[in-house]
Amino acid sequence: MKIIKAAAVYCVLLFTIWSTATTSELRFCLRSEPKTFNPLLVDDDASDTVRYLTGGVLVRINRQTQSLEPELAISWKISKDGRTIAFTLRDKVFFSDGSPFGAEDVAYTVERMMDPELHSPTGDSFRSAPGKTTVRVIDRTHVAITFPAMVAALDRLFDQVAIISVRSANKDKAVLGAYYVADYRVGAYVMLKRNPNYWKRDIAGRQLPYIDTLWLEIQANRDIEALRFKRGEIHLINSVDAEYYDRLTPATSGLHDAGPSLDSEQMWFNQVPGAPLPAYKLEWFKSQKFRRAISEAINRDDLVRVVFGAHAQPAIGPVSPANKIWFNTKLQPIRYDSTNALRMLSHDGFRKQNGMLLDRDGHAVEFSIVTNAGNKYRERMAAMIQQDLARVGIKVNVVTLDFPSLIERMTQSFNYEAVLLGLTNVEADPNSQMNVWLSSGDNHQWNPRQKSPATAWEAEIDQLMRTQASATTFKERKAAWDRIQEIASEQVPFIYLVNKNALSAVSPSISGASPVAFRPQSFWNIEHWAFRDSGRNGGK
Amino acid sequence: MRTLRYVAMVILVVVAAVSIGAPLILSASYETQFRDAPNSRPSHEHWLGTDALGRDRFSRVLHGTRISLLLAPMAASIATAFAAFIGGVGGYLGKGWERVATTTIDLVLSLPWIFLLITARALLPLNASPTITIGTTFFLLGALGWAASARVVCAHAVDLRNNDFVLQARALGVPEWRIAIRHVVPNIQPILVAQFWISVPIFILAEANLGILGLGVPEPMPSWGSLLRELEDLALVPGELWKLAALGLLVLVVSSFQLLMPRSEVRTR
Repeated sequence: MKIIKAAAVYCVLLFTIWSTATTSELRFCLRSEPKTFNPLLVDDDASDTVRYLTGGVLVRINRQTQSLEPELAISWKISKDGRTIAFTLRDKVFFSDGSPFGAEDVAYTVERMMDPELHSPTGDSFRSAPGKTTVRVIDRTHVAITFPAMVAALDRLFDQVAIISVRSANKDKAVLGAYYVADYRVGAYVMLKRNPNYWKRDIAGRQLPYIDTLWLEIQANRDIEALRFKRGEIHLINSVDAEYYDRLTPATSGLHDAGPSLDSEQMWFNQVPGAPLPAYKLEWFKSQKFRRAISEAINRDDLVRVVFGAHAQPAIGPVSPANKIWFNTKLQPIRYDSTNALRMLSHDGFRKQNGMLLDRDGHAVEFSIVTNAGNKYRERMAAMIQQDLARVGIKVNVVTLDFPSLIERMTQSFNYEAVLLGLTNVEADPNSQMNVWLSSGDNHQWNPRQKSPATAWEAEIDQLMRTQASATTFKERKAAWDRIQEIASEQVPFIYLVNKNALSAVSPSISGASPVAFRPQSFWNIEHWAFRDSGRNGGK
Repeated sequence: MRTLRYVAMVILVVVAAVSIGAPLILSASYETQFRDAPNSRPSHEHWLGTDALGRDRFSRVLHGTRISLLLAPMAASIATAFAAFIGGVGGYLGKGWERVATTTIDLVLSLPWIFLLITARALLPLNASPTITIGTTFFLLGALGWAASARVVCAHAVDLRNNDFVLQARALGVPEWRIAIRHVVPNIQPILVAQFWISVPIFILAEANLGILGLGVPEPMPSWGSLLRELEDLALVPGELWKLAALGLLVLVVSSFQLLMPRSEVRTR
């Protein structure tokens, strides 16, 4: 009897040791506290990361090919009027808590998302007109959703919609994604465990994901994050700054430069008619030739090389070349040519005298570029632009302000001359930039909230934006968006400077990682990741 | 101690002379960007290498020193003048005046000065030249940094007010203004001098703090604050010790000021 007991204890011990040894845990840092685990209320990076890792979606944009792929929906169809989308759902799928997935869950999720009381940021993308969204459950695997008005790129928007269970009592724990939130300590970590009911399998028929646990440590300090990666204490840095990248390069392997991202750095001049600026300065800023000349007088190649250590690309226009679907390939790169810049300025009555550029009334050309304090990349870009423009006789004062003061000047008092800031693009679709390009938009930064378009080209952009938003074919939308890019390139309301590269770091001990330019750059295919020595990667 | 004070004085004079004479001994301007050589190591052309934009670090350290060394005493003078007026007048006149002075001092001390400075900087005209911006920054530092000194001056003025020789002078019918000029001011003077010397390094460090936040001296001008921002990247420092030049100079200058401080003040702090 004693021998049997001892053998049983021995077996239990062996099993414990074996299971510990084969439990794989991947660690990385969140740079802030997730504000919510409700996938419909996500509006910050950390929560978005958790949503991406835990949320099951009907369709998913493949971050590598940028094409839309079926997930929980095996097929879908959009009506001709662009208002209704009908999904055929995958059968025999279960939430992480074991409850079955079906059309009722989709209906519940969409109804919650479109509930005006909830103020869902995800739902905002679908609100093209006032009115009620109706959801019709046809049977367990068929559902049709009708919106009050046509929604452009309707199917692609569902990439952000994580389905919630209608039946589960604890909705945070019931997910359809690869992982579920197993533990969370405020200010310390979020622990995600492998979803035992995840529906996806690899080619060999093995259930995904391969890695059992994701340990997301909350760590705002990038120095500590980089140091921990170097020491092998974390396996991934999703977004690495150019300077950190170069610092890590000599001693660390696993760094990835996926080429230009969707993010851009840009500057613009204040063209608001009532802005508290001298009239002659407003006249300069409203001149297309002046803006084009400034754009040509800036050496973007130097910005890329010196400020970003060559981990960026000179920007061409409003769309990054990384956005393969919507980028207008006919646009030409902006050539650095200070001589041509001076020539263009002379057409507008400017002349260079004793090294200073004067306008036709003899005012010395001098303006300030404001940027947010503490962002060393922007401060450096501003200092380089200051020197570039000094070559054509323009005196630039670089002003760094705390962010709230900068926003107040940009949006309320309009007491600024030029601003240098960045634009973070999360979505590739032009609809996400509606608020920037419509002349009535709040983010139409050079002259926001116009009652009617101030210029003919802004009127044309307004019309084109509405056309692309209401067009039902991709061809029509692309044609309109291409034209907007051309106008932006001709009129230069924004002086696009650089598109930063998507840089990330993934430990060499991980297999299956192939970082891309789209968010989330590195872990977009995390379900296929495995530790090289774990033996659980399906033979990878 | 005396020798150390001489050494400190010599250090300050040499540093001040070299930084003031910087344009005569430097071949590269502090603002010229050698864009083909950013972050270069020390060389014959660039004794302390170049910064991230390829600007000569040695030139920037000397110019930054000049700015900090010239303007910090100016800010200290402003702060000391405020302290003398508010603390001295309040303390000497007593009663309601003293209460007003101490309440004002407590109020100013309780203000978060960094936010005040950030707000004040945000209100400056955007097209102010770097020189005006620097001047204004240090003026603001002085105008907001007087309260601690004023408290010391006020306490000393209260002591003087109740001192025997002041009471005797009052009993003899000497007018109050004459007592103030002939007896009070000369007795407060050593306190003011000490407060001035204490304030100089404080304002140097305050500007450095603002510079680290990106709110100090504007581009392209250097200051110790903006130069210290290079040390944010601490992991790199062991391999690039020349980047510590600005920090080394700052420590040297602040320590020298501390040594020059009147000994009684050093003891009381």
